[in-house]
Amino acid sequence: MSIRGTEIKIEGLSQRYPTRKVPTFNRVDLVSPPGEALAIIGRSGCGKSTLLHILAGITRGTEGRVLLNGTEVNGPSPRWVMMFQAPHLYPWMTVTENVGVGLTFARWGKKEIAERVAEAIRLVELQDFAQANVQDLSGGQQQRVALARSLVMEPELLLLDEPFSALDAFTRAALQKDVRAISKRLGFNIVLVTHDIDEAVIMADRAVIMAGSPGDIVHEMDVDLPDPRDRTDPEVQRLRARLMATFQEAANYKKPEVSLAAGAGR
Amino acid sequence: MNFAATPARQGGFLSLGQYALQRLAWALGGLSILAVIWLIAGQMMASSPRLANYSTFGLGPTLQAFPEMWSSGKIQSATLASGYRLGMGLLLAALIGVPLGVLVGRIKWFAAYSNSPFQFIRMISPLAWMPIAVLVFSTWDGSIVFLIAIAAVWPVLFATAAGLAKVDPAWFKVARNLGANPLQMLTKIIMPAIAFDVFSGIRLALGVAWIVLVPAEYLGVTSGLGYAIEDSRETLSYNHLTALVVTIGAIGYVLDSILVMLIKQFSWHRGGAA
Repeated sequence: MSIRGTEIKIEGLSQRYPTRKVPTFNRVDLVSPPGEALAIIGRSGCGKSTLLHILAGITRGTEGRVLLNGTEVNGPSPRWVMMFQAPHLYPWMTVTENVGVGLTFARWGKKEIAERVAEAIRLVELQDFAQANVQDLSGGQQQRVALARSLVMEPELLLLDEPFSALDAFTRAALQKDVRAISKRLGFNIVLVTHDIDEAVIMADRAVIMAGSPGDIVHEMDVDLPDPRDRTDPEVQRLRARLMATFQEAANYKKPEVSLAAGAGR
Repeated sequence: MNFAATPARQGGFLSLGQYALQRLAWALGGLSILAVIWLIAGQMMASSPRLANYSTFGLGPTLQAFPEMWSSGKIQSATLASGYRLGMGLLLAALIGVPLGVLVGRIKWFAAYSNSPFQFIRMISPLAWMPIAVLVFSTWDGSIVFLIAIAAVWPVLFATAAGLAKVDPAWFKVARNLGANPLQMLTKIIMPAIAFDVFSGIRLALGVAWIVLVPAEYLGVTSGLGYAIEDSRETLSYNHLTALVVTIGAIGYVLDSILVMLIKQFSWHRGGAA
């Protein structure tokens, strides 16, 4: 499986809903280089999930644009694949069929699908369950199937919307490490939305914090730690404490009144 | 529907083979009880001077009528004629009901606009359409197929719509995310997701169609099980009449069993179906 990353450019992106006075977020700019794992941290309602949905092409922003290697994101594409909180597998399909469903949509040949799917299943270590009914798998195994289903498309960008929040602590920790390891091995970008500071420290190269109303990126921090990362490592804990302090500081963040008033006056 | 069978199977006390044997034993046991009641009723009629003329309704004369009717080809020709009408009616009901059910389940405005007219038309007795059907269609066959279709379309339509309403919306989001086009969404996601509900609807429709078929064949046509019953009544061949009633019951039971098998085949729900 050969995957390369992509340069993500978010330019002046805004999202407002007709029923709400305040935009969800207003003129957000962000750049992420190829191969980077970026965590977007923020409290519920700050617009981080909406931002991710726009990156995935599932939702359209009201202003601004998202470019991936210079191509504007106008809709969903197998090049940028999203993993959701729940695996949302198709229960009438086996593990193999679930993993290969995207390739079926792309009308690949049976032989090519079989080869690529087997490789993706090996990558997530589910070889022994290839023909299993997905309803017989544990939550963690199901999320691994969802991961393989995304990876099989060889995406340049994997978007993760709190993907492990429904799993138990041990499974969550294992998957966080595995996803990071796979992304580094294959070179694709990750954009991870989470409110779990630990998850950001374990998985990301850089963390940005979204806060305020309308939401904005108020802080960012490099997570410059060697791999593999371990929660008990003092360096990891030190960075976690720093990120937590920044996050709490950001929780009290208020966007300067001046810029809002100026925006409203235009 | 075998409600009694479900707990034992879910409880995991029986193997699959034992479970099948138990179901067969229940079916044979139930039918035997029915046969004994019929036998006793027949003998009581035979021994009563007032009812003796009707004693050929009994189990013995009925069983004796089968070889005679089979060798004359009466059962086969009546079954074929009715089967054709039933099959065409159900096919039409499915061809109309499934797409309409998908529209009702997927498109909110369509569901909102169609609800009242659908409920209104649904409540009209299928046989009330008979005079209109006779005027509109040039053949009796056409009229009967129409009556079956208009009676059977509703269970298919509403079961399809209800099935779609239960589908996890995230399945569509995931499929779009992985590049599914609208046709692939229909064939790879929607249809497998609701196949269980569609076949359950067709099973209900079969019951309704079977009920409509026989009285519809009392009128006009000169073939089919309904016609054969009416003909037997007029010729006072009561044992033929009951043999045909048994045939109708048996065919209905077999068709229902086939649909139960299909429902199980297409069900992805844990804990079995039907």
